[in-house]
Amino acid sequence: MAVHQEVGVIVGETLTGLATMAAVNPVPWARSQMAFTLGFHIILVPLGVSWAFMVLIANYRALRKDDRAALVLAQRWSKYMAITFAVGAVTGTVLSFEFGLLWPRFMGIWGEAFGIPFAFEGLFFFTEAIFVAIYIFGWRRLKPWTHFWTGVPIALAGVFGSVSVVAANAWMNAPSGFTANAQGEIIDVDPLAVIFNDAMPLQAAHMVVAAYLVGGFLIASVYAVGMLRGRVDRYHKLGFTIPFTVAAVATPIQIGVGDTLARWVYDNQPVKFAAIELVPTTSSDVPETLLGHLNEDGTVTGGIPIPGMASWLSDPGTGRSTVIQGLDSVPADTRPTVLEANVVHLAWDVMVGLGSLLLLLAVWYGAVWLFRRRMPAGKWFLRVAACSGVLAVVTMEAGWVLTEVGRQPWIVYNLMKVEAAATGNTGVWITFIAVIVLYLALGVTTIMVLRSMSRRFRRAGGFLDMETPYGPAEKPEPAKAAESEP
Amino acid sequence: MSTAVAAVLLVALATYAVFGGADFGAGFWDLIAGGPERGAAPRGLIERSIGPVWEANHVWLIFIFVVTWSAFPTTYQSITLTMFVPLTIAALGIVLRGASFAFRKSVVTVRVRRVFGGAFALSSVLVPFCFGAIAGGIASGRVPAGGVAGDPVGSWLNPTSLVTGGLAVVLAAYLAAVYLVWDARRAGDTALAGYFRRRAVVSAVVAAIVAVIGFVVLSASAPYVFGRLTSWALPPVVLSVLAGFGALVLLVRDAARGARVLAVVAVACIIFSWGVAQWPYLLPESLTVSAAAAPTGTLIALLVAVGGAVLIVLPGFVLLYVLDQRRLLPEEGVEDPADRAGDTEPG
Repeated sequence: MAVHQEVGVIVGETLTGLATMAAVNPVPWARSQMAFTLGFHIILVPLGVSWAFMVLIANYRALRKDDRAALVLAQRWSKYMAITFAVGAVTGTVLSFEFGLLWPRFMGIWGEAFGIPFAFEGLFFFTEAIFVAIYIFGWRRLKPWTHFWTGVPIALAGVFGSVSVVAANAWMNAPSGFTANAQGEIIDVDPLAVIFNDAMPLQAAHMVVAAYLVGGFLIASVYAVGMLRGRVDRYHKLGFTIPFTVAAVATPIQIGVGDTLARWVYDNQPVKFAAIELVPTTSSDVPETLLGHLNEDGTVTGGIPIPGMASWLSDPGTGRSTVIQGLDSVPADTRPTVLEANVVHLAWDVMVGLGSLLLLLAVWYGAVWLFRRRMPAGKWFLRVAACSGVLAVVTMEAGWVLTEVGRQPWIVYNLMKVEAAATGNTGVWITFIAVIVLYLALGVTTIMVLRSMSRRFRRAGGFLDMETPYGPAEKPEPAKAAESEP
Repeated sequence: MSTAVAAVLLVALATYAVFGGADFGAGFWDLIAGGPERGAAPRGLIERSIGPVWEANHVWLIFIFVVTWSAFPTTYQSITLTMFVPLTIAALGIVLRGASFAFRKSVVTVRVRRVFGGAFALSSVLVPFCFGAIAGGIASGRVPAGGVAGDPVGSWLNPTSLVTGGLAVVLAAYLAAVYLVWDARRAGDTALAGYFRRRAVVSAVVAAIVAVIGFVVLSASAPYVFGRLTSWALPPVVLSVLAGFGALVLLVRDAARGARVLAVVAVACIIFSWGVAQWPYLLPESLTVSAAAAPTGTLIALLVAVGGAVLIVLPGFVLLYVLDQRRLLPEEGVEDPADRAGDTEPG
């Protein structure tokens, strides 16, 4: 009985202790959880957006040139794609929960404007889900060219879906399309002005091209590893060439789009731009500092400054005399903190640095292709290409960190601060830990499932139907190659 | 205009209940299918029939969220602040379900497989319970208007929520059992068809009992909704009872085809009767739909998106359904040894 009571006391004390621990400021935890779940989801986005396009290239080649290897590639890719699409659907569902759970006050006030692009995103996501299913079923059920055309909506819906989501994020950078009354309540909404806000065209273009760039490098890198392990056959070469070519084309375009977007930020979000370029006070002839960091006293130390470069890049018309607004041009509580500014600057360096590396890789590939009509031979190209997938993901994550941290402390630029948007629920740190654990499990699962599929495919040789989301359950049909002739 | 958006929301809720509910229900039968040997056959069928749609049915849930936060933002704020705990459990449960369902197929040993199978099944029960409990909390007026938090615990752990949560679990199980009868029959497995037919009958009876208890509880805790259920919202209630009874008769007589449609009607009508009973309130007796609604521009945009969905998505959905129905010919649906061989490879 005494033991029983003692246990009761211990449990009681533990619960009180937990309750005290639980009563922590939810804002940093909410930010961390949102950052983590979005950072996870964004890795799946390029695959959902651009993979279908590459599948269609392989499928087209298979039908036009009666290419068996391309056919097998398209079939297998479509199955992998279903897995990454399903995982993306799950992590996307969680994000829709989090809008309300973590940012209820943001949604309560701005939902009627911010929420609109998601209605269209839902429409495109729905279309994508249905046609992913039809495409995978269709390998056996539909005539080859009919089947090919059922894949086209997947690629289109992927692009339009990501444009819709980015439109919502761009709205947070350039809020427009609403009228508020004296109490700050929204009384009128113009949906088109919300969706086509000022930041949307460039931000959307930057994300869509990023999806093709990252998706291409990521998929190609898998086949580069395969070839390095000695699996140099037509199947692997094709599996490398198609996505790598897509990525190599996307890379220079992305650098052009990114450069234009940076100038948009210079014009419209000068404080974010000041954080990017580490400009403490408004000045002209600002150097482009590679690495380095901002100190609390407003000085910049370390790094390699390239004199006048930041000014020149901001507006080549006025060159080095271009004035860049400094961080101190606005009150301290309306600009990123020193830590945040350093994060933004580092993210910028990583994005631009790795982006340039990927450009060199693309140029290498393009030059050899142009002059020799083949992909670069040799282990070193493959080794670098094998790393390109991870590098591209890091580049994209850096870009996303830049745009999000650079907007701080605002959730709606110049209108609502993150602090004012967050939930008051003090238990967010618990959900954050739970989310980390579950997402790690989800990440490991996804990779394991993809790898075990790959092993089964390799063992079975040709096309093999197996249990995948959306996939039909049936026996493999060896006669498929003959069937697919137009 | 706000009425139209509320109607769309109700239809989406019913659709999620009917499609997503069946996914969760399949997890319930997985949970109680017994040991590895005894439960192998039903689990195999569940795995096969859930495979094609996996987690795509959450599209409906996302759609429900989008409509709520765009059209009724302050209410969405109230609900998410008040229902923080059950919504979090539901979100984590959905991730756990997705991860463990996929995981258990790719792991090797029976023991690890059981752990992930258990996680899959358990979260399949938790998630519908949470959604049902939230609905009960809203119906009994426990979510305050005006974007403020209600009782973080009592709002979803109360007699009404317990009953509605339980009802959601039972209805999900019922729908899944009815669908699985059909799937087993399509696969030519009469023994499994009988297995799930018995479970469908039992869960139908349990659902009826829980629904009656729900009525009693509602009469005390949610007088407004109860009053409307017995008057203005009576037609969908009666339709639900009739359809449910019809489905039961067909199930007992072993004629599953009609049973499937009737079961869907019965469950959808329960959702409809809830919505109609609340009318004109979004949060009973404190906030009406029209007062909660966003500006007209937002509502028009939502209805345009819905119109687009009807034009673009519906034909695709019909095509998919037609293809799906032709999926399992009698000689197909056999597990391929080459496919399974990959499983024995250490992972």
